[in-house]
Amino acid sequence: MADFLHQNLSYFLSGISVGGQYALIAIGYTMVYGILRLINFAHGDVFMCAGLIMVYLSSSLPFAVSVPLVLIFTVLLGFIIERVAYRPLRSAPRMSVMISAIGVSYLLQNAALYFTGGLAKVYPALPWLSDSVVIWGATTRVVTIVTPFLTAALVVLLTLLIKHTKIGMAMRAVSRDFETSQLMGIRINRVISITFMIGSLLAAVASLLYFTNYASVTPTSGSMPGLKAFVAAVFGGIGSIPGAVIGAFIIGICENIIKGGSSIFGIPGSGWTTFSDAFTFAFLIIILIVKPTGLFGEKAVDKV
Amino acid sequence: MDRAKRNHLIRIFIAIAVVYLAILVLEFTLRPTNILFTVLRKGAIYSLVAVSMNLLNGFTGLFSLGQAGFMLLGAYTYAIFTMPVSVKESERVYKYYECIVGFDTGAFIGLIAAGLVAAFFAFLIGLPVLRLKSDYLAIATLGFAEILRAIFQWDVLGPLTNGANLLREYKDLTRITLPFTDIPFPPTLFVFIVVGICILLIVLLINSSYGRAFKAIRDDETAAEAMGINLFRHKELSFVISSFFAGVSGALLAAFQYTVQAQQFKSMMTYEILLIVVIGGIGSISGSCIASFLYIALSEWWLRGLDMGRFLGIDAPDLFRSGFRRLVFSVIIMIIVLFFSKGIMGDKELSFERMKGFVKGIGRKKGVSK
Amino acid sequence: MKKKLLFCLVLLFSAVMLFAGGSSEADSTVVKIGVFEPASGDNGAGGKQETLGIQYANYLTPTVMVGDTEYTVELVVADNESSNDRAATAAATLVNADVSVALGSYGSGVSIAGSDTFRIAGVPIVGITCTNPQVTEGNTHYFRICYLDPFQGTVLANYAYDTLGARKVYCLAKLGDDYSGGLVNYFIERFTSLGGEVVSETFPDGNSDFTSYIANAKNSGCEVFFSPVSTEAAQLIINQAQSQGLGMPILAGDTWDSNVILQAAKGTDVDVTVTTFYPEGADPEFDEGFKSWVNSDSARLSNNGGDDTVAAVTAMGFDAYYFVLQAIQNAASIDPADVMEALWGTEIDGVTGHIALEQVNGDAIRNTVYVKHANTETGGWDALPAVVVD
Repeated sequence: MADFLHQNLSYFLSGISVGGQYALIAIGYTMVYGILRLINFAHGDVFMCAGLIMVYLSSSLPFAVSVPLVLIFTVLLGFIIERVAYRPLRSAPRMSVMISAIGVSYLLQNAALYFTGGLAKVYPALPWLSDSVVIWGATTRVVTIVTPFLTAALVVLLTLLIKHTKIGMAMRAVSRDFETSQLMGIRINRVISITFMIGSLLAAVASLLYFTNYASVTPTSGSMPGLKAFVAAVFGGIGSIPGAVIGAFIIGICENIIKGGSSIFGIPGSGWTTFSDAFTFAFLIIILIVKPTGLFGEKAVDKV
Repeated sequence: MDRAKRNHLIRIFIAIAVVYLAILVLEFTLRPTNILFTVLRKGAIYSLVAVSMNLLNGFTGLFSLGQAGFMLLGAYTYAIFTMPVSVKESERVYKYYECIVGFDTGAFIGLIAAGLVAAFFAFLIGLPVLRLKSDYLAIATLGFAEILRAIFQWDVLGPLTNGANLLREYKDLTRITLPFTDIPFPPTLFVFIVVGICILLIVLLINSSYGRAFKAIRDDETAAEAMGINLFRHKELSFVISSFFAGVSGALLAAFQYTVQAQQFKSMMTYEILLIVVIGGIGSISGSCIASFLYIALSEWWLRGLDMGRFLGIDAPDLFRSGFRRLVFSVIIMIIVLFFSKGIMGDKELSFERMKGFVKGIGRKKGVSK
Repeated sequence: MKKKLLFCLVLLFSAVMLFAGGSSEADSTVVKIGVFEPASGDNGAGGKQETLGIQYANYLTPTVMVGDTEYTVELVVADNESSNDRAATAAATLVNADVSVALGSYGSGVSIAGSDTFRIAGVPIVGITCTNPQVTEGNTHYFRICYLDPFQGTVLANYAYDTLGARKVYCLAKLGDDYSGGLVNYFIERFTSLGGEVVSETFPDGNSDFTSYIANAKNSGCEVFFSPVSTEAAQLIINQAQSQGLGMPILAGDTWDSNVILQAAKGTDVDVTVTTFYPEGADPEFDEGFKSWVNSDSARLSNNGGDDTVAAVTAMGFDAYYFVLQAIQNAASIDPADVMEALWGTEIDGVTGHIALEQVNGDAIRNTVYVKHANTETGGWDALPAVVVD
């Protein structure tokens, strides 16, 4: 076993690190869904925009300034999107909001396409994080090691926030019953704005980690990680933060094991890698059919 | 049949005949590469797939995002069926594989087969996923579309699908001939005839007792079930029929494009179709058709100048550079989604009475402003 | 009310656009040459460099003699977005702009996908750096001025086997990409016939995590990493090869001859060798002229990837322009059909060597492949001995 682990350590390291990054994105999906019952299709693109903001800022500013600015701008972006594209549709049918989300995603991608001229932008190498380290014979970057710990720390912080602060309590109330909490005097719009801002902040952190590992940003960079993070959120039971995190790690690791399939299991063939993305969805469908509410999801009851 | 209804039908029939005649005339007068034909053909193809999506989303209330996957099935079936055996045996298309399909068919059989294959897969996929509710159904169908795309790119299936490589030299629009002759079929007319027949079938279905059952399910599932409608059977039926037509439209898209490749059938394509349905109005067939022609005309033709440095006579190469068209286009879409969330038609249909009322309405408005 | 407003807006807009779309002035002494190149997407960087070569040639020679009249050449540029399904639309745009002949594209897939639109319109097109044989095979309207993948693949396989002494090679292609898939295929054919062994894998569109592929290459005991993919993926591969400690030479084809690669490889210990069409320095006059032209304008400089490196595709674009100009002159007509006829017999001496076409598919007769090695200290290319096959 130890031998097996040792031999294939680099796959597991990649998997854990990408899983942590998916987890941070997935939290944004799951919190928004928990409160608004909205699949925020634009979330992956917010993640991509955070990457682009960093590329542009770091070309003229030192990292000590540009990193906090990236976080601030991304939070702002999340806030603006909610304010402009989702709030006006608060009383509209749910499908309209989801379509608005698709529209925002389309808009962000096309805006990125226009401003970058359609070319991949090279992400700056962050000091320390992008250095190489050797762990038990596998060469990798510092960021790979840092990611799971940082993710865990942020999740703990977030859980504390939700459990023990006033705004956290408001969030829980809103996600439990939207209308009643409104009647109880909770300022719904504020709660929703803050939810989006937290989601965007985590997406910005994820983008710092992700693009340090895979240093190129294109207008569609966000769509695959976004989709996978979303699957992770569904897998863990949408609305549940620990579920999303566990789902993300499972997906990240499995994806890398599949990519390394021919080497790990000794079965040759290039078919393995063809399915590294499709696997995520196959996995999702199996989960949905076996346990439609995901690992930790609550069962929704139809109200007649 | 009462008189008013008959008159109404006759008028519709005449209107449709005029459209077809106009296309035939255009086809013989304009250059075949004119951009107008691109818009008409692609617009018609997207109309069909938008209507098929509307049948699910607008009339049955099933939020499915698998349209691109079924179009992929249709497109590949059509291409593989209609590619001549001589091409299959040569190295021109199946470069790295030996093609195992030893027959070829005409365009008509290809289209039907495309629909049937898509419908068959829809039947299988529907068995598990249609038990899911709203968002979960959307995600599961989206997932299936992605899985289909991966399967078609799998090199083990290479002898059938040519791996992830392009398929071409099948019966594209320029190679379709009139039955039993070698005279080329006017391509745009061909698309319009196929799309027209398909949409007509969908309209007939919606107006049948099945259609009423679909709407009942959309409006209230629990109530519909209480009324004795077999939920699963009707959902499955709607899903299979919708996919059949998505498959046919995929086949037409393949014929229109000259080449087809699994790569293009991404989830973005489904989103595009969904946007068309929303812009046209969820639950309106004529709305979907109008919206898809507008959508295609805007993206392929009218806004092209935004990408090429010159728009509406204004030269600004720095502003109007590659990508600006899509930026403007997505802003337009956002405006429609936010401020006109009912779309062009709402859930109404285009009719002569409404058009009359509409023209009168504009006249009145002008009168007031004077 | 709102709905009516929308409807009126739509109607008004449609009407305006119908008229706007219809108007175009015709000048009798202008000949239009279409540029069918990607300016965005996977191959955007290379497409832009190829376009720059064409534009530079057009800047030097903006007119052409057709019979006794001097015609001004107008370049019509359409972006095919490196995407096979957008290629046909871009091609239709060019055809509708009444181009006499088109040039392009960088990337074989888009060339194949756009081909039929040109065929039906009867407009000839000259491929500049699309190396897949399928581009010109079995048609009479698509020509090409570069060498082909069976040739390039063989040269690369020989290089890996003989010069690098490798017996096991890891091949990585992009799924559904005609260029990398084709080149890898020809490479494998030759390499296995030499007695070597290969491990071949593909990555899906949109993938940016290459760490597992790199681990696969290491774990399977390969000695060379062959990945002739787009520059966009190349940048990530080099970057991750560095951080994962790939520890074997990387070999690639003509797409990697780009300053994107140089910038990514600079300061790392990654060993990159590529085959290409033109080594910088082979024609000093062209190099200097191009450099000063690029440096004189910031937009050109950014299209060239931010510095003034002369990419091989730029030189090829430059030659392609003169090649079609010569064809137009030979045809003494700007009618696409006449130009198509004349292209078969056109010959020029370009900066990348003598260009003449064989008479079956209209491919260039080329026998030289240049080999370059990325210098990770200076961030430039070191020329290795060129391979000439007779």
